[in-house]
Amino acid sequence: MSRSRLVLGLVLLLAIAALAAFPAMADRFYLQLVSKIMIMAIFAMSLNLLVGCTGLVSLGHAVFFGLGAYTLMVMSPPDEAASLWLSLPAALAVAGLAALLIGFLVLRSSGVYFIMVTLAFTQMFFYYVTGSKALGGSDGAYIYVKPDAMVLGVTPFSLADRVQFYYVVLLLMAATYLLLRIVLRSPFGHAIQGIRVNERRMRSLGFPTFRYKLASFVIAGTLAGLAGYFDAAQFGFVSPDLFGWRQSGIALMMVILGGMGTLYGPILGAFALVLLQEFLMDQTKHWLLPMGLFIMLAVLALPDGLGGLPGQLRTARRRLAVRRA
Amino acid sequence: MSDSVIFFLIQVLNGVQYGLLLFLVASGLTLIFGIMGIINLAHGSFYMLGAYLAFYFAAHTGSLWLAVLIAVPLAVLLGLVLEGVLFRFLYKRDHLYQVLLTYGLILAFEETRSILFGDDVHGVAVPGFLDFSVRLTGTLSYPAYRLFMSAVCLAVAGGLYLFIQRTRAGMAIRAGSVNREMVQSLGIDIGLVYRLVFALGVALAAFAGMIAAPVASVFPGMGNQILIISFVVVVIGGIGSIKGAFWGALLVGLADTFGQVLAPQIAGMTVYLLMAAVLLWRPSGLFGRAA
Repeated sequence: MSRSRLVLGLVLLLAIAALAAFPAMADRFYLQLVSKIMIMAIFAMSLNLLVGCTGLVSLGHAVFFGLGAYTLMVMSPPDEAASLWLSLPAALAVAGLAALLIGFLVLRSSGVYFIMVTLAFTQMFFYYVTGSKALGGSDGAYIYVKPDAMVLGVTPFSLADRVQFYYVVLLLMAATYLLLRIVLRSPFGHAIQGIRVNERRMRSLGFPTFRYKLASFVIAGTLAGLAGYFDAAQFGFVSPDLFGWRQSGIALMMVILGGMGTLYGPILGAFALVLLQEFLMDQTKHWLLPMGLFIMLAVLALPDGLGGLPGQLRTARRRLAVRRA
Repeated sequence: MSDSVIFFLIQVLNGVQYGLLLFLVASGLTLIFGIMGIINLAHGSFYMLGAYLAFYFAAHTGSLWLAVLIAVPLAVLLGLVLEGVLFRFLYKRDHLYQVLLTYGLILAFEETRSILFGDDVHGVAVPGFLDFSVRLTGTLSYPAYRLFMSAVCLAVAGGLYLFIQRTRAGMAIRAGSVNREMVQSLGIDIGLVYRLVFALGVALAAFAGMIAAPVASVFPGMGNQILIISFVVVVIGGIGSIKGAFWGALLVGLADTFGQVLAPQIAGMTVYLLMAAVLLWRPSGLFGRAA
């Protein structure tokens, strides 16, 4: 156990070192691609807190991603930069508050109801934004200038610089990872994992499970808002699709593909899925067809995701050896 | 009667007609969940498939009736095949995997549709002898085809009720939703029951798409739109309850129609607000078994 843990730690360190060294050798396209992947990884990690750790399968997580993105758009004056130090906390607050309100409603249901209700809420936001002229309607809206990090007359870094943007996102991804690690190892984290396994037992042990689930929902929503904010900052464009069920579905797929319940799984899943998407898009206009087939195949063949692949291969090999003997 | 009363009645007719159509889709969704325990995101794709098949065959045969006659058996066949090669592997799996697999299926369906039919909006002509309006007053009238649709949906709903409540096969279906092992030990092939229920659900959704095609037209993404509204119906009515699906569908149909008339600014949101209210009041739906 401790050996595999050591290996995992080493692999993670190597991965971070590789990501930190990446800008030195990458061109513009790949730098932006990896920035995008890391933003999606933050989004997927936040969803994993719900799906993998608390046992809540949400199909509406994109709502908070979209809210983070749209908060930046609303707070960006035309042709001027919004202040990072104002707009980012605002985006997190909006996403977190929305998660509190929506969570209060949707957490009254569970299981398959929860899946349907979260999907319905995501659609409600989608329609609201599509119909709202002030928010740009179905065409979306542009953010012409990236948020400005100036504080007390000093600008410590610039998001407009591609390399610095990359490092900020890398730092945030690492920070999200560490934050979730701390959360999961706290008594709170143990409680929500207990809820995933058996909620009734936790309740009879005296845990106010509704409040624990709500807290988990709010943390996940806030982190999704963080991802959405940087997505909007990177591309300078928001559209109602950010709220769409497809966005939620992609995040869910990243969580499962990487290996549910582990902290690094969603990162792995984000890299695998976005790279696959880029590859397929290069091949054909109709990339969604092979993507859909891949997703179906992955669900049937890789129940524990890519992270569980070594274990799956080990059991298969053992079984083969037993059969031979 | 004054025009405003007639106008109100027209909205009621529209709401009921939309609700009955939703029932055809939602009943399959709730049946498949209630009996097989499967949450099927691709259910809306069957509605879309029905509409596109109606469009294709109506264009080639010149008749919507012939198109329906050809397309319904095709939909049943597709249901049987999908159950055999995909869904049977999902019965024992967690909802999460069902969601993802059917999500992948939606992507595949949508893109196949795009390859075969393109991304344009298509229309299907209203059948000739129904292509007239019923006069209500000097200025207001109501299209006959919509009345016909409502009648057909009602007939299907009635047939479904009789089938499930009054026939032996229906009894097996109801029993299967309560206790799978017991049904099996009584000598009923539960696998066969599942296959039939799934095919029935697919056929209902596809049929809804076919008869809706002349009114709602045929366009990309139509399946997902109806899927999510059907989820709302099922959540409001209570999952697994056909009766719930029926009343939930009527409620949603009326709420959506009147939302568009009375509060056009938030028209798209009315049904979701309704759902939120029901959730606060009865978290397991109007006719659901209490959790």
